Amino acid sequence: MKKNGKKAFLSGFGQLTIPLIAIALLVVFNLIRDPGFFSIGISHNNNGNPVLSGNIIGIINGASELAVLAMGMTLVTAACGGQDISVGAAAAIAGSVFVKVLKSGSAINAGTVILAFVMACIVAMLFGTFNGTLVAVFKIQPMIATLILYTCGRSIAYWINGGATPTVSSPILSGIGSFIPGVPIPTPVLIVVAMAILFKLLFHFTALGLFTQSVGINGSAARLNGINATFIKLLSFIILGVCVAVSGCIGVSRLGLINHETLLIDIEMDTILAVAIGGNSLGGGKFKLSGSIIGAYVIQMLTITLYAMKVPSTDVKAYKAIVIVLLVVIGSPVIKERFGRWISRLAERRRKVSAKGAEE
Amino acid sequence: MKKLAFLKRKEPLNDTQLLMTITIVIFFVMYLSAVLLLGGGFLHPQQIFDMLNDNASLIIVSCGLTIVMIGGGIDISVGAVTSLVVMSCVLYLNKGGNIFVSLLLALGIGLAFGLVHGFLVSYLEIQPFIVTLAGLFFARGMTTILSVNPQKVQHTAFNNLRAKKIEISWLGYRAKNGTLVPARIELGVVAALFCVILVWILLKYIRLGRNFYAIGGNQQSALMLGINVKRTRFMSYVLSGLLSGLAGYVFMMHTGAGNATNAAGMEMNAIASSIIGGTLLTGGVGNVIGTFFGTLSLTTIKKIVVSSGLNDPWWQSITTGGMLCFFILLQSVVLGRRQKKAKT
Repeated sequence: MKKNGKKAFLSGFGQLTIPLIAIALLVVFNLIRDPGFFSIGISHNNNGNPVLSGNIIGIINGASELAVLAMGMTLVTAACGGQDISVGAAAAIAGSVFVKVLKSGSAINAGTVILAFVMACIVAMLFGTFNGTLVAVFKIQPMIATLILYTCGRSIAYWINGGATPTVSSPILSGIGSFIPGVPIPTPVLIVVAMAILFKLLFHFTALGLFTQSVGINGSAARLNGINATFIKLLSFIILGVCVAVSGCIGVSRLGLINHETLLIDIEMDTILAVAIGGNSLGGGKFKLSGSIIGAYVIQMLTITLYAMKVPSTDVKAYKAIVIVLLVVIGSPVIKERFGRWISRLAERRRKVSAKGAEE
Repeated sequence: MKKLAFLKRKEPLNDTQLLMTITIVIFFVMYLSAVLLLGGGFLHPQQIFDMLNDNASLIIVSCGLTIVMIGGGIDISVGAVTSLVVMSCVLYLNKGGNIFVSLLLALGIGLAFGLVHGFLVSYLEIQPFIVTLAGLFFARGMTTILSVNPQKVQHTAFNNLRAKKIEISWLGYRAKNGTLVPARIELGVVAALFCVILVWILLKYIRLGRNFYAIGGNQQSALMLGINVKRTRFMSYVLSGLLSGLAGYVFMMHTGAGNATNAAGMEMNAIASSIIGGTLLTGGVGNVIGTFFGTLSLTTIKKIVVSSGLNDPWWQSITTGGMLCFFILLQSVVLGRRQKKAKT
């Protein structure tokens, strides 16, 4: 009975086991290091609104861009069996377009912000279509295809900005980037929740999730079953384009300026990492969006923990690498198999001992 | 008639040779058009030597990456390892170290990274992208832990070695004041060319090299043929690590200083060179000679952009991206046509 329960416990979480263990370990580690690390308080920001504050809010808020991108990346990974390494560059382009449209009007109101966001979405979707066409139609490996935009994306953003780093300031933008007056939860967190719900609805009301999985597992078999594999791959890149635009706009709103060199720099690597930590196979096929989102929070929590331990920001990468290697080693198929065999052998021995005891 | 028979090959080119030929032809066309349109600097042999001098370490790194990519993997840590090697060697030399030991240190660091990557990828079956990404993070982080500030080599013997250049006077040109400036080649270029030739021999005539193609082309068949797939894959990462260690040393010979941002973006340049040279990320197809010309093409296009007066920094990366796009599409179309032909 007990053994059954254990098995059900392990298999119930499935691929989420590793990211959840990672989060649990980080939480325990932080609690031992500093019991007050996770305390949440209510403070007042500059406008006098009550807002939630604390490390945990900082972690959840800071990982917003990463979480949004990780959702899109999961789809691309599942459908194409490869990753898009141009998301950071594409987000810089989307952010530049966002600022460009905002600055072209005379005043910034809700209408112009929505217009700017839609324009950013369209541009990011166009670049997504470009990547998607290379991958789906020309059958090029995703990493190679997106290397093109990775190389020249930030230069395109530079060109859109005219070589400057234009700033925008508006109460609406600060509402998107930090807090809406009267709501104590940071807005980027709400956007992540909204995106997650949108994806959930998308998978609930369409067969996109199933189609994506089948294309990822075996593209030609999916095609023979009447699924348009090319279109599904292309669609995954377009959806990633929307995610890129959202995270680019969050990034711009947070700072109130667009810097094509530093906006979401190196985020492509973190995004792919989030997908992998979430237990998704980077070779495509089955996927779990929730895993990637948790993966994104694991990465951010790790970074913040290291910062809290007074590790200089330039050195964080080295410690991050060690934790990542530990995580992937625990999650590797070989270790899992060895561990599983060891556990079953242990259980076998215990049963033998108890059987002996019963005989006696 | 006999001549025609010579021209007509008995067997058609295979994918590797075809892609390599395309790259080499395009490189020469590009260089010739640069000579014709821009003339001047492109006529001097020194221009080619400069391209080699500046990119010796990139060529070495690309050789290693080509091996890994032929074996069906990817190694994105190469640039970061190069940077770590530069920084640690500079610090070691400044503490009064020995030149020979510093070379061993460089190779040792590269080897260590290669061993860990190889073990994790082939024996623990973790995805190579994640493993080498962790390697990238670790190497970059270690570089800044060693020193955040730029460090210059203050080691007399090393600086003497660094100043040594091979001078070929008959390839030189007369400066405006009439003195003959001989063509200069750095020692690193010799190392790079040596590496290219060694890796070419390895991939062409040695069993290990042929095994790389086998496991990259089809892992299952390679296993059936009795190839030790795990060990072969392990070796590909070890070789790549070793070569990036050497590349770090060559990089230090070229710049003579260590900086936390050394070799930034080198991994992507190396991947781009390999791709332009006709190596496929799917594995099993590729050639190190093509990679060599890929690196040169990448440099040539940058030089052309600069000499045509487009000095804005964004022009270089946009043209590089454009060229990458052109090559990738060309390869895809060419290979697609061949596959269709083969089917019918």
